Amino acid sequence: MSVEPVILIEHLYKEYQTDAGAVPVLNDVALSVMPGEFVAIMGPSGSGKSTFMNILGCLDIPTSGRYLLNGRDVSAQSPDELANLRNQVIGFVFQGFNLLPRASIEDNVALPLIYRGADRGERIARAGEMLEKVGLAGHRHSHPNQISGGQQQRVAIARALVNQPRLILADEPTGNLDTHTSEEIMALFRELNQRDGITIVLVTHEPDIAASAQRLVRLADGRIVYDGPMSLAHAAIEAPA
Amino acid sequence: MIYAMLSEAWVAMGANRLRTFLTMLGMVIGVSAVILMLAIGQGTQQQVQASIASMGSNLFIILSGSVTSGGVRMGGGATPTLTLADATALEELPGVVAVAPTTPGTAQLVYGPNNWSTQVNGSTPSFLVVRDWRLSSGLPFTDSDIRSATRVALLGQTVATNLFGDEDPIGKTIRIKNSPYVVLGVLAAKGQSLDGRDQDDTVVVPVTTAQRKLFGSQFVGTVRFIMVQAESGEVMPAVEKSMNELLRQRHRIHEGSDNDFSVRNLTALANTAAETAKVMSLMLGAIASVSLLVGGIGIMNIMLVSVTERTREIGIRMAIGARSRDILLQFLLEAIIISVIGCLIGVILGIGGALAVSKATDMTVVVTLGPILMAFAVAASVGVFFGYYPAHKAAGMRPIDALRYQ
Repeated sequence: MSVEPVILIEHLYKEYQTDAGAVPVLNDVALSVMPGEFVAIMGPSGSGKSTFMNILGCLDIPTSGRYLLNGRDVSAQSPDELANLRNQVIGFVFQGFNLLPRASIEDNVALPLIYRGADRGERIARAGEMLEKVGLAGHRHSHPNQISGGQQQRVAIARALVNQPRLILADEPTGNLDTHTSEEIMALFRELNQRDGITIVLVTHEPDIAASAQRLVRLADGRIVYDGPMSLAHAAIEAPA
Repeated sequence: MIYAMLSEAWVAMGANRLRTFLTMLGMVIGVSAVILMLAIGQGTQQQVQASIASMGSNLFIILSGSVTSGGVRMGGGATPTLTLADATALEELPGVVAVAPTTPGTAQLVYGPNNWSTQVNGSTPSFLVVRDWRLSSGLPFTDSDIRSATRVALLGQTVATNLFGDEDPIGKTIRIKNSPYVVLGVLAAKGQSLDGRDQDDTVVVPVTTAQRKLFGSQFVGTVRFIMVQAESGEVMPAVEKSMNELLRQRHRIHEGSDNDFSVRNLTALANTAAETAKVMSLMLGAIASVSLLVGGIGIMNIMLVSVTERTREIGIRMAIGARSRDILLQFLLEAIIISVIGCLIGVILGIGGALAVSKATDMTVVVTLGPILMAFAVAASVGVFFGYYPAHKAAGMRPIDALRYQ
């Protein structure tokens, strides 16, 4: 019995149109991520990892190639269907937290539920549950600017989890945090992966952070140069691109 | 869903109170101006209509005069050419309801220690019919009073008040030019005429009494003017024509000579005044509507700024699953809330302003539901119309661009 991959990418290309002509960013990328995997994507700046992440998250569209998310061909989806995918299949965690500054912690966490059409009672209950999970139950009525960066990232993770997605995409989630807080956040990710079986794809440039993952994908100049277990990857991490 | 969106819009508006207030202010001023202007316009219209009604309906007035003697053309009313016999003859014409030959004059009235100078109209019982004038107390004089030229009088409200105060004038004897007259009745109050005269400052006596005993007349039996009431507005042109023919015949005016009388259609004049008032009311409304439009553009302006400022927020929302129509709805709702709340405040201020104007001045101000509902509908549609473009702009953003925006 075969398990379907959460992410299946084949021959993916992405070019940006500039005045100087087309600039290739991703060049024949292939990737398959199975449910429950914890994958770290690494690479130097300009390697295309952010673009790759945006395509994985259905925020950007590839120039060509195939991308099956949860078995559905993303290129065949309408903008509204893409929004629904982002809402229910994917949970985003960003480097800059990306919380709404004017909304309370609870409202921030509940926001994806609004777009799913959940009623108020369910929204409050689910948001409370998620905040409990990330250890911020006492802050539900605070505002983002009243809590620390680490706490804000926890709120963002709670928001990402609120619709029970199969996949969490984290783009440099510890980029704005100190080492200690970073480790706490990574512990949370590991717990989500191991206990709840949530698939996680993480972009980072810090080897310590990437070490939480079981699998490493290394990008350079728009190509995958390494894809394998983290334990065998030290050479790949340390090696110059 | 809508409720959640509403509360989000509320939060967004609360985040920038001064801006929200200023945006709303455009709407407030627009709506209150529309309501105030329409209230004043309608008040004026109603005042004009009341004056017209008080004048009597379907009314002609036939003035004597404008004769030419030896190349000198005399003005209207200069020569008394109309007689009571003319009036009697006019009564026979088809389409004529009532005819009131009238001789006006000014006289000093005395009752006890009080005296008062006023216009005294010598006329017939038909006077009350054509002027659509009721008595507030007492009885009118009759045709037999006309035949006998009795010394009786009907007092206008103003005259009654000035001579009698709180006393009941009915049956009392007053003196007009030192002759005794018995007060038969008091006319109901009519208020101001179109040109602002006090219609109640008048006394009516039998026309024969006025001719023979009060003012005298150069030529026996002549009157200054004759008021004629037609059956309906439709027959007025035909009645005017037949009156002209009859009077020319009676006055033996040859073919080609000028009339020695002139017929005026008072109702037509009054309708013109009513039209003028209506046009004025519309114009006031139109001018005020412009400010409503400007208020709407203000909303659009602010919403555009707000969309640009909140690009990143739009990106975040899209990243976590907002569809284009969710974003559209969010910004549209904000615009509608601003315009509807602005409109509510505007309605309150408009009504308050109208009441203040009517308190502070003599102007009649009429606040009706119509303009309020209209202003409301317009405000809501202005919100939708001017909110749509910025909202559409927000909804059309690509998630990745919106999220990257700094």
